[in-house]
Amino acid sequence: MYSEKVMDHFSNPRNVGEVNDADGSGTVGNAACGDIMKLTIKVEDNKITDVKFKTFGCGAAIATSSMVTELVKGKDLNDAEAISNATVAEALDGLPPVKMHCSNLAADALHAAIEDYKKKTVK
Amino acid sequence: MKKICFDHNATTPVADEVFEAMLPFLKGEWGNPSSIHWAGRGPKKAVDAGREALCKFFNCADIETIFTSSGTESNNLAIKGLAWAKKDKGNHIITTRVEHPSVLNTCKALAKEGFETTYLDVDADGLIDLNSLEAAITPKTILISTMFANNETGVLFPIKEIGAIAKKRGVTFHADAVQAAGKTPLDVQGLKVDLLTISGHKLYAPKGIGALFVRRGVRLTPLIHGGHHERNRRGGTENVAGIVALGKAVEIAGRDMAAESERMLAMRTRIEKGMQARIPHVKINGHLEKRLPNTVNISFEFVEGESLLLNLDMKGIAASSGSACTSGSLEPSHVLTSMGLSNEMSHGSVRFSLGKSNTEEDVDYLLEIMPAIVERMRSMSPLYAASK
Ligand SMILES: Cc1ncc(COP(=O)(O)O)c(C=O)c1O
Ligand code: FES
Repeated sequence: MYSEKVMDHFSNPRNVGEVNDADGSGTVGNAACGDIMKLTIKVEDNKITDVKFKTFGCGAAIATSSMVTELVKGKDLNDAEAISNATVAEALDGLPPVKMHCSNLAADALHAAIEDYKKKTVK
Repeated sequence: MKKICFDHNATTPVADEVFEAMLPFLKGEWGNPSSIHWAGRGPKKAVDAGREALCKFFNCADIETIFTSSGTESNNLAIKGLAWAKKDKGNHIITTRVEHPSVLNTCKALAKEGFETTYLDVDADGLIDLNSLEAAITPKTILISTMFANNETGVLFPIKEIGAIAKKRGVTFHADAVQAAGKTPLDVQGLKVDLLTISGHKLYAPKGIGALFVRRGVRLTPLIHGGHHERNRRGGTENVAGIVALGKAVEIAGRDMAAESERMLAMRTRIEKGMQARIPHVKINGHLEKRLPNTVNISFEFVEGESLLLNLDMKGIAASSGSACTSGSLEPSHVLTSMGLSNEMSHGSVRFSLGKSNTEEDVDYLLEIMPAIVERMRSMSPLYAASK
């Protein structure tokens, strides 16, 4: 039921773990099924230089987590903020309809981490 | 890669002997069993023989059996049929929270017609309290419907004791024995059940054939009106090949059950002990003894079940999970949450259900690969890190 890309990211997830001395961190729970994702970022010159995730969730949740880290690494904060759950799902060649909500987890965690960074840096 | 099925509670393959027995009725013996001419005679004889085998399996008389299309239909016929037939006597049904959807949703549907259902709670072991059952019976109670064995955990309800209470209080008793059939003896006389459901595809017959035992004297209003088939209780030309298959399957089940159960139990015990010895933070769900010999449901804390199933599938192993993420409805298993498991523990549950194809080597392989899978998923889990 999953695309090859989803299975690839699920079997070999990129950027698993937690960034040391993270500049921003976002933990979100999925209201639909109760799954959890934590995303940590390192920011330099308004660019995301490092990003890692930890996820408690289904195959789609893990694959979207992995994909979102790939999408944002090296990106401007503004560009990263523009990434939505649809962007992530598309990058994975789509998700089964019942699994679309899983991609919210990745997008929400990303936005929460950026938000957290901004809060910390606004002095 | 070798393919291993540890998901026999979902369905089973058609046994070779069953396949051979039913084949002539798909090709060759094509007649209608109701016909009096030459084409109908073979199929008629085959339907009679299938029924005879079923009667032997249940220990009942031929007029006490109805062939149906599935376990789901049998459950619907038992519950709706009895409720409709007895609606002048009362409108109250007692069942449990951990039933199969074919029972729960049937009771729910009857609520729209004014029937009321009490759903008995289960304890942490997945068992009901017999005192609560007795206390729930009112003068309006017409039916008690409980499963024999739970499909998710394998937990066995005390059918004999429930039957004794039902008999004492004059209430009809239906048991959903879909998972029990072929794994534990089903003598309807010893058990004092009035109605009992089985399904072919859970015991090595094909999908689409089921049966219902109906004790003599218990009246049911039919769901399917039609001809005189099944003594006017279920219309429709008989599924001859399916009936032959079910007859053969229950004959084999009766013959092999004792030895197979022992073999299953040995493998199940090794899986349980092996998982507990090799992997920290695991919990066996359901009463440790009062359980089907073939079913083990294990929660792997801090990880999600679907991701475990995908990993197992990549290694050739088929299993299932009570995780919200695998359910389609995004609700965790109603069976596990009724037993008081947290959402997280339900999330991490995996059911391994053994069957004829399984060998000790399959168990070795499972125990060999499972620790690394769980460890890999835990290393990705924010819950695991937080717990340390
Ligand atoms: C306990 C129980 N009852 C009823 C059913 C329904 O049987 P069928 O698939 O034949 O409709 C199942 C099958 O999943 C079951 O496990
Ligand atoms: S995260 Fe639970 S279904 Fe995908």
